[in-house]
Amino acid sequence: MKHIVVIGGGIAGMETACALTDAGHWVTVIEKEEQVGGKLNKWSYLFPDFTPADKILDALLEKHSEKDFSILSQTEVLSVNRQNNKFNIETSGKQKLEADAVVVATGYELFDASRKEEYGYKIYDHVITSADLEKLLLPDGDLSVAAGQNPKRIAFVHCVGSRDEKSGNHYCSKVCCITGVKQAIELKKRLPEAEIYCFYMDLRMYGKNFEELYREAQEKYDIQFIRGRLSEASEKIDKSLLIKSEDTLSGRPLKMNVDLLVLLVGMEAGKGTAKAAAACSIGCEESGFLRTSDPFLMSNFSEQEGIFLAGSCTAPMSVNDTILHARSAAQEVNNWLKKNN
Amino acid sequence: MKFPPSFILPFTIGLLFISCFLVIIVGIWISELSKIDKSRIVHNIFTRKSLLAIRETFSESLLHRKIFRKNPVLGYMHMSLAFGWFLLIVVGHIEAYIHYQSFSVPAYKAIFMRYFITQQSITLSGKILAASMDLLLLFVLSGVVLAYYKRMNSRMFGMKKTTQLKTGDRIALTALWLIFPLRFLAESVSAGVHHNGSIISQPTGHLLSSFLPIQSVEMPLWWAYSGALGLFFFALPVSRYMHIPVEVVMIFLRNYGIKVQKRIDGYSRIQIYSCSRCGICLDSCQMTHAAIKDTQSVYALKHIRNRKITDEKLFNCMLCGRCQPDCPVGLELNSLRMTQRIESTKEYNSSYEYLKNGKVNVSPQTEVIYFAGCMTHLTPAIIKSMKEIFAVADVKYWFMDEDKTACCGRPLMQIGQYNAAQKLIDHNREQILASGVKKLVVSCPICYKVFKEDYALPGITVQHHSEYLLNLITDRRLPINKMPLRIVYHDPCELGRGSGIYLQPRLLLDEYVELIPIQNEKASAYCCGGSLANIKIKMNERTQIRDKALEEYCNYEPDILATACPLCKKTFAKSRILPVHDIAEIVCMSITKSAEISSKTDSEILCKNVAIK
Repeated sequence: MKHIVVIGGGIAGMETACALTDAGHWVTVIEKEEQVGGKLNKWSYLFPDFTPADKILDALLEKHSEKDFSILSQTEVLSVNRQNNKFNIETSGKQKLEADAVVVATGYELFDASRKEEYGYKIYDHVITSADLEKLLLPDGDLSVAAGQNPKRIAFVHCVGSRDEKSGNHYCSKVCCITGVKQAIELKKRLPEAEIYCFYMDLRMYGKNFEELYREAQEKYDIQFIRGRLSEASEKIDKSLLIKSEDTLSGRPLKMNVDLLVLLVGMEAGKGTAKAAAACSIGCEESGFLRTSDPFLMSNFSEQEGIFLAGSCTAPMSVNDTILHARSAAQEVNNWLKKNN
Repeated sequence: MKFPPSFILPFTIGLLFISCFLVIIVGIWISELSKIDKSRIVHNIFTRKSLLAIRETFSESLLHRKIFRKNPVLGYMHMSLAFGWFLLIVVGHIEAYIHYQSFSVPAYKAIFMRYFITQQSITLSGKILAASMDLLLLFVLSGVVLAYYKRMNSRMFGMKKTTQLKTGDRIALTALWLIFPLRFLAESVSAGVHHNGSIISQPTGHLLSSFLPIQSVEMPLWWAYSGALGLFFFALPVSRYMHIPVEVVMIFLRNYGIKVQKRIDGYSRIQIYSCSRCGICLDSCQMTHAAIKDTQSVYALKHIRNRKITDEKLFNCMLCGRCQPDCPVGLELNSLRMTQRIESTKEYNSSYEYLKNGKVNVSPQTEVIYFAGCMTHLTPAIIKSMKEIFAVADVKYWFMDEDKTACCGRPLMQIGQYNAAQKLIDHNREQILASGVKKLVVSCPICYKVFKEDYALPGITVQHHSEYLLNLITDRRLPINKMPLRIVYHDPCELGRGSGIYLQPRLLLDEYVELIPIQNEKASAYCCGGSLANIKIKMNERTQIRDKALEEYCNYEPDILATACPLCKKTFAKSRILPVHDIAEIVCMSITKSAEISSKTDSEILCKNVAIK
């Protein structure tokens, strides 16, 4: 029986582990948090059809609970060393594991919005990120701003920490456009009286039913999309926010007073992925995401033989793409193990 | 009358040429000065200022004291060449006056005196003078040897780099290097022929006569010496050695209070020609950290002088001014570049018709106008801190640019849009004056500099918030709670070198935290790399410059990197290596959170600071 170590217990890691167990291998998942499931734990509803995130998570975890593989939670990988045809893995829990193959599934981190100081995150009371809003969108979430009043005007800012040379992230985070559309609709459903504006550069509705949802947002929910980047936000005495932008379609500067400002934060490779890359001696791209051997045919292969990649540690990815990428990783590992023995 | 020998011709013609050339060109430059500057010359020429200029010429153009301070070997090299040569001319003339018993000795007779004197000098004074001339020549020759060596190995002189030469420079440099060895050889050979000479030339002449047909090489050597001098004089106008005569003129004009204006005039040309292209500015320029090696002041001035300046080179500069304190000639390097930028820039369509001077409604009790600045609006933590501080100190203020105001004009000015900037300045100025408030507090050093220098605001005190906050403390309007934080302070270019504010931010920080002194601070402080003045640099090059500066700051392991400029803050904060805060934030942290902070350990404070933002 072959032993495979999966680094990261998010949806990519868990799905890979599950598929590899099915194929008859012994799998150990190393997760730094107490709980598996990764960032999906922090999400309430998923685009494009508002499926509750816990429904998907529960379904994935339930499948996993039937399988027999071990999870080392609150554990981090310290080093991965190749010896003969085995990998020796040392963990922060002082365990020493021996594996035939390693799957890196360390996922992403959200961009820290306070790095765009001009938007006032953590400085102004009513500036929040898309991740903060997600919690508020649960039925018991309190959306009120000052004095129990619901916000009358809300603005979303797209591409916060994505496609932004100044924050050092040149790449597109792929999922924030549709997240913004989804969250705008959800807010409008909760607060039918509110005016909602989205400030975007481009709207990249790449997936199935995304464009339809975007159209619905405009036609059915009367959400206003303004092409222009926000330059700055300032807080007024009543804690409402004055935002400045340019409407680049009409070519005019624009100022607006809003009660709530939502920053659609992008994805970054994060510290976990950087640590795993260092431990496994595998390369990162300039963006910090892990480099795959070939973008077409070998998107699960790292530069090191026997070390495989799964999920959003390789690029920003949606939940469904992550699940598919994880499954293909499992298949590649399985094929590789067969071929090599 | 006996005709002088023909070998004096190259020297004499050269001397005549360069004298006429200098009189004409300096005359043209002075005629190009503005009326005020001309009257400055007239009013000051017979005052103490001329004496000061003479003293400065002596200590800088001849002794090169500033270069000595940078590196003694480099200073010695410059001094031996300049001061040694100067003394050779002066002592040589004295010797000639004594010998010929007359003051009307033609220059060639003094310069080539050893050729004309065939007897041994018999008087004691003659012997002393002859010996000192020999020693002086040796002194100059030691400088020439060092100069040869420097071309090959500049590091020994404390310089990492040395300048690239162009053809005119090469000719003049070769001539200069040849002048003194040839003079030495010619004088020694003549000493050998006539069996005279002094302490060095006599034995050398004796030695040379033992294996050289000195009778037949004497004339060619004097020709060569005279030729080298003539060549040097002819190459002078197209070489960097123009700085030798022009620098003296510049020193006098500078002592008369003349400054580089916002347009190219005679004085800026004089400054441009005063650059000796020593290349000392190359070492202090941070653009080299991003491997940009052809835009530095020395090259910019060279290209401006040759009218070959491209926008690519002119605008690829931070205008941080780090090269300026190091310039041994004391050139206004930033102003010269700004002036050329204004000259090279077409005014863009800057009608600014939409700017309307609305009514300024400021209550008469208002103590202070607060102008945050555009960059500060991008770092709202600073504005928030200032607001809290105003509240704690109970200051009634008018937030001039809270909602909409025109830009201060400085960024436009930095990129050469002088007229456009002037329109914004006029607009803001009217508002400031209309408010009737007598104090203007600015959070951005970029704005601060333009308010101070280009806004005529009679009776209004302009202060950067570091000065203002210090005043509030001295007036006991702000509480002081010292926090156990180690802080490195980064001097913003526009506040430090640009406006000379080094002390106030340090005094202020001393009250609230522990300030760590660092190597590159005050006048030699680094630029953060974020400067608005550079419109050619790429983002990754800015990052390289920033990271090099951060590398030094990290060595001191500070808890916080403090600065007093929103642009520096933004630039450094992007790296995420150190927590970066403006001094206003630090003051605000202390006066609002002091009780909590003092009970925490260092590491907790660090985390807290990040959260406080």
